[in-house]
Amino acid sequence: MTLSTELESTAPAVPVAAVGRVAGPRGEIVRGYGRFFASELRLVFRRRRNQLLLLVVFAFPVLIGTGLKIAAPHPNGGEGGGPQAFFNQLAGNGVFLTLIALQALLLLVLPLVVAVVAGDSVAGEASYGTLRYLLTRPAGRTRLLSVKYLAIVTYGLVATFIIAITALLVGVIFFPVGPVTLLSGTTVSLASGLVRVLWVTLYITAAMAAVGAIGLAISTLTEHAIGAIAAIMVLVVTSEVVDQVPEFSPIAPYLPTHWWNSFDSLLRTPIDTTTLGHGLLSFAVYVVLFTSLAWAKFTTSDVTS
Amino acid sequence: MTDIIEATEGAAEEAAASAQLAAGSLAIATSGLTKRFRGGQVAVDSIDLAVPAGCVYGFLGPNGSGKTTTIRMLLGLAFPTAGTAEILRTPMPNGAASVLHRVGSLVEGPAFFPFLSGRENLARCDAADQTADPRTAKARIGEALERVGLTAAARKRYRNYSLGMKQRLAIAAALLRPRDLVILDEPTNGLDPQGTREVRSLVRQIAADGITVFVSSHLLAEVEQVCSHVGVMRGGRLVFQGSLDGLRHTRASRIRVRTADIEAAVAVFAKLGLADPDAVDGVITAELGPTEPERITAELVHAGVGVRELVVETPSLEDLFVGLTGEGFDVEH
Repeated sequence: MTLSTELESTAPAVPVAAVGRVAGPRGEIVRGYGRFFASELRLVFRRRRNQLLLLVVFAFPVLIGTGLKIAAPHPNGGEGGGPQAFFNQLAGNGVFLTLIALQALLLLVLPLVVAVVAGDSVAGEASYGTLRYLLTRPAGRTRLLSVKYLAIVTYGLVATFIIAITALLVGVIFFPVGPVTLLSGTTVSLASGLVRVLWVTLYITAAMAAVGAIGLAISTLTEHAIGAIAAIMVLVVTSEVVDQVPEFSPIAPYLPTHWWNSFDSLLRTPIDTTTLGHGLLSFAVYVVLFTSLAWAKFTTSDVTS
Repeated sequence: MTDIIEATEGAAEEAAASAQLAAGSLAIATSGLTKRFRGGQVAVDSIDLAVPAGCVYGFLGPNGSGKTTTIRMLLGLAFPTAGTAEILRTPMPNGAASVLHRVGSLVEGPAFFPFLSGRENLARCDAADQTADPRTAKARIGEALERVGLTAAARKRYRNYSLGMKQRLAIAAALLRPRDLVILDEPTNGLDPQGTREVRSLVRQIAADGITVFVSSHLLAEVEQVCSHVGVMRGGRLVFQGSLDGLRHTRASRIRVRTADIEAAVAVFAKLGLADPDAVDGVITAELGPTEPERITAELVHAGVGVRELVVETPSLEDLFVGLTGEGFDVEH
């Protein structure tokens, strides 16, 4: 988001007298930005639809935990990797419910939740007609777009943490808790295991920030929020399918969803930083690329809604 | 057609005159402002607006004549394909961030979130304003609501507002901060007569505070009652600009006399040197010019002409408006 601040500062120079309090000290600009961001967050989190989506991501870990408790998997060690490993570990350690829930929701539900808010961000304002009134406030096109994006990322972060925290609580209630045996076979203390779960949650938030950037860009192209949301989901699912087809393996690393499940690199000793680095790089590239596209489109097109 | 040409010439003169008069004190000034859509359609065709500071400017024209597109360009929502626009001496759209906080606007009807109350919607508008002072937000929102008479409905959700209330909320949003210019696009669209009156009186109040008001409308009557200056659009072109009186004077008043002694009346008219006389079926008309109607009456009586009816016909603004903008869609072809 350095992008936005740079652009704000390159706003056309105006005689100081005419500006008065407008340019103001830097602190005032920051405070004004904070106020706008807070207002945007209130709007996002107050909307019934967005609240229901958070309720959904809260309900899933509860359902998964209950289901697995009833199915009662046998504790037969933690060899190998992938989903099986988490399931096998669960009966021995409730912490693994967090990873199971995150992995399950990462496939479709979490991207959908982020897509709804991202797809709605600009297109929703356009369809309500409120966009023209925000811009004539003036909100500033770059400023508005950056506030929208930060709100999307915040919403994604909250959704991801709701999954992680709910799953952790349910796991603690239903299953025994203790030192965590990692996928590589080594056992670390519970505290150290929880820190790794925190890193996993943040890694997934970063993945969702990339989805949010793609969503923001798509949202600037239309006045129909539903269309934007659908487009984002088509993109996510297509990427996931292509990622599974061996013939496409040369392009697989460049797909937006390819590195999502690499969070399991955090559950090994030593941590597979190369894979994580590739994943974070991929997310960063998607964020920069698509926020730039969104910016290029939004700052140059007529608002006709 | 001749009327239109005359009017256009008049407009050019008027514009030049007012531009000279008000050099440096124009609230809105555009030069060759043009908007060509991607399909090639020219929505706004090289218009030169000159809106003197402190006036109430009526921006008239039929639907689809380019008024809203012009306003969108003035406010930096749309980008001109040619020409320049300045509001409050700041070039648009580049100066948007530094000038728009001095401009209140209503563009193409009110637009708010239906699930928020009136007050919450205004709070959101104010929070988006990069230069608004958060410490005074509450007071300013309260004042704006009070001003448009929505204090009692401030907590009601926007979705439950009547059309008139929605419109008034939009005007409240335009008045959230002290403004130097208020741009209202069709502020009475869809309102009942009472709502129209409310808006009109609000416009008067705003103007009374010395704020320049730029109000667009396709309804002449609305503009006639509140505006001192008018600009008339037709097919994307500005076909007249000047004071309301200037518009009135684009067509001469005529005297009309009904009489049985039509020949004697023609002789009196000729003697008085009235221009463009026209006698048909016991009615004679001519341009009034500088001649006073009293004198015509006296001369007619003196000549023994039995006058059944004597009327000074001032062209109604509606006639002038229709003359400038065409009768309707048929005329455009």
